[in-house]
Amino acid sequence: MTSSDPHRDNRAGVRRTVWRSVAALAGMFAFAFALVPLYDVFCQVTGLNGKVNNSAQAVMHDGVDESRLVTVQFITRSGSGLPWQLEVETRQMRVHPGQPTEVSFTFDNQGDEESWGRAVPSVSPSQASQHLRKISCFCFDEQRLEAGERRDIPLVFQLSRDLPPDVKTVTLVYTLYPVEARNAPQQASAVTLEGEQS
Amino acid sequence: MAMNPGSKPVLQHSTATAGGMAEAHPAPPSGLLRWLLTTNHKEIGSLYLIFSLVMFFIGGIFAMVVRAELFQPGLQLVQPEFFNQMTTMHGLIMVFAAVMPAFTGLANWMIPLQIGAPDMALPRLNNFSFWLLPVAFTLLLSTLFMPGGGPNFGWTFYAPLSTTYGPPSTTFFILSLHIAGISSILGAINIIATILNMRAPGMRMMDMPLFVWTWLITSFLLIAVMPVLAGVITMMLMDINFGTSFFDAAGGGDPVLFQHLFWFFGHPEVYIMILPAFGIVSAIIPTFARKRLFGYASMVYATAAIAILSFLVWAHHMFVVGLPLVAELFFMYCTMLIAVPTGVKVFNWITTLFRGSISFEPPMLFALAFVVLFTIGGFSGLMLAIAPADFQYHDTYFVVAHFHYVLVPGAVFAIMAGVYYWLPKWTGHYPNERLAQWHFWLSVVGVNLTFFPMHFAGLAGMPRRIPDYALQFADFNLVSSLGAFLFGASQLLFVAVVVLCVRGGRRAPAQAWDYAEDLEWSVPSPAPLHTFDTPPTFERPAH
Repeated sequence: MTSSDPHRDNRAGVRRTVWRSVAALAGMFAFAFALVPLYDVFCQVTGLNGKVNNSAQAVMHDGVDESRLVTVQFITRSGSGLPWQLEVETRQMRVHPGQPTEVSFTFDNQGDEESWGRAVPSVSPSQASQHLRKISCFCFDEQRLEAGERRDIPLVFQLSRDLPPDVKTVTLVYTLYPVEARNAPQQASAVTLEGEQS
Repeated sequence: MAMNPGSKPVLQHSTATAGGMAEAHPAPPSGLLRWLLTTNHKEIGSLYLIFSLVMFFIGGIFAMVVRAELFQPGLQLVQPEFFNQMTTMHGLIMVFAAVMPAFTGLANWMIPLQIGAPDMALPRLNNFSFWLLPVAFTLLLSTLFMPGGGPNFGWTFYAPLSTTYGPPSTTFFILSLHIAGISSILGAINIIATILNMRAPGMRMMDMPLFVWTWLITSFLLIAVMPVLAGVITMMLMDINFGTSFFDAAGGGDPVLFQHLFWFFGHPEVYIMILPAFGIVSAIIPTFARKRLFGYASMVYATAAIAILSFLVWAHHMFVVGLPLVAELFFMYCTMLIAVPTGVKVFNWITTLFRGSISFEPPMLFALAFVVLFTIGGFSGLMLAIAPADFQYHDTYFVVAHFHYVLVPGAVFAIMAGVYYWLPKWTGHYPNERLAQWHFWLSVVGVNLTFFPMHFAGLAGMPRRIPDYALQFADFNLVSSLGAFLFGASQLLFVAVVVLCVRGGRRAPAQAWDYAEDLEWSVPSPAPLHTFDTPPTFERPAH
């Protein structure tokens, strides 16, 4: 007759299985959180999801490709509880790849107190985002506007000459989000100077 | 064998256990405490099954509210806010509280019996896993009565809809999902530990019944993806309460990241709900075709292949978020690849049926309906896998039709087939044949009336999750609603069959079905509370 508790013989096996399972669980839980930075890195490297460089890039001086014209569209979105309006001087322009271009954006605080905000960029189609070089952009840092203040800030960008030929239109979307005042100054200190290689 | 003619044969503490060693087990406490404290795999299995049946009806009532509102165009019965809560709760309850616990219940009851083990490897943990569930889902259901109502963002709870724009009760929803997830994880650990360490002497892995195999693979999936779900809802919790911005674009987060993480959990979750169904059907079809299962080894490998591929296809749920072409192609081809192992399974079942001497008892009817209707769901899945076509189908009733075909006449029919198949083992009585036949035919008609017209409504552009619709969809929705009421009402017959079967009926012998050959049929019917105290000798059937 075997033991009255046959699984006692396998107790060591059960314990081993349980520990391995728990280790796998812990690993997968950590993996879920690791996916957050991994996803960001992956998107930055591949330009997926329209994520663009969050810092200024230098102008590339390799000539202008005058044989091509690419339509660049600008879309600005306000809301999210911030009483600001963001306007662009021209909604659509045609540029040659390689040609640095400046566009002026107008920030307008329509509220009655000063506030901090940030314009979060997105580029579509996403394969264009790696070929869009921003030499200067208000989107690199938070803005502070006094009550009723209106300010023009330029965007200087350049489409690199290796932009895939099937990309005929590039759309830049800027969405305004509020920034909590207490966080703002330290984030703003990360600003790079215009045109400086980061 | 002592057959208890009493009113609750399953639950009697029989003195005649398989090993004749009843005196080794202390008598269980009586009354409610017995169920609260039980560590017996059969009692816990019954608890799981009863719990999931109750939840099946609660989730079903929510579905009836949805179908009643959609009976005709316009808003008649409920407000859109409440409609959203109903669709969301229906999905959450059916996925996490009905289908998953039903399979866990069947696993608790049958895996120890099928591998010749006296109980689960960790009986007290087993008790804990079960009792977490009523806690989790009482909490989830209570959110319906909270200010602002319950979850209203769809069962996929996409952020920031569920974080920035969710109701205040979302934190309770997150807690309840955490608890339910812990329950699933503990159950999975227990099942793996049981299967790997407690098989009868002589039973190799490739001798295990397919229900055991599919559950082993399902458990690995659970261990791999439930922590990811826990991670996602933890991030949501922090976004809502602690000012982080995992999914909030304003703080540098990314809403699309939520969808990637969710579906990295969500797609394997789909297979968690179907692989054990494959195991049940693979037990029933050979029994009632009176032939050995065709291609046992290929069934095992196909199940494993489906499980592995399930980690590589998540983004086919998000073809329209703006993926690059390369990613669309990758996920499209990987998704289509899943049709290969699934096709292997369907062809194996059909080959098993080929030239068999088939009889049509209730378990077999449900299993055959499973094969036909699940395959329809599989085909619409293939259509959805085609990325350019999905741009049209996305978020329409075509998707609703697809996943209901794989989950209702798929997973739910397989569970019902399993219940009819094993009821004689659990209760010692055969289910009432006439009532079970009525249940089957009404269910099959109801399910197809409900979900088939949804294909057409979806192809014509009817969006899902909206309480109102354009007039041209009125006829399809009328048929769907009538079918849903029929299907819902006919499930009362199922309850009647189960109750009658527990209380009495035609006596079943140990070998309740002629050609059934797994180990569970070697113990008496009803199975005594303690079985296989002495491990059985496993005899490999001659091939």
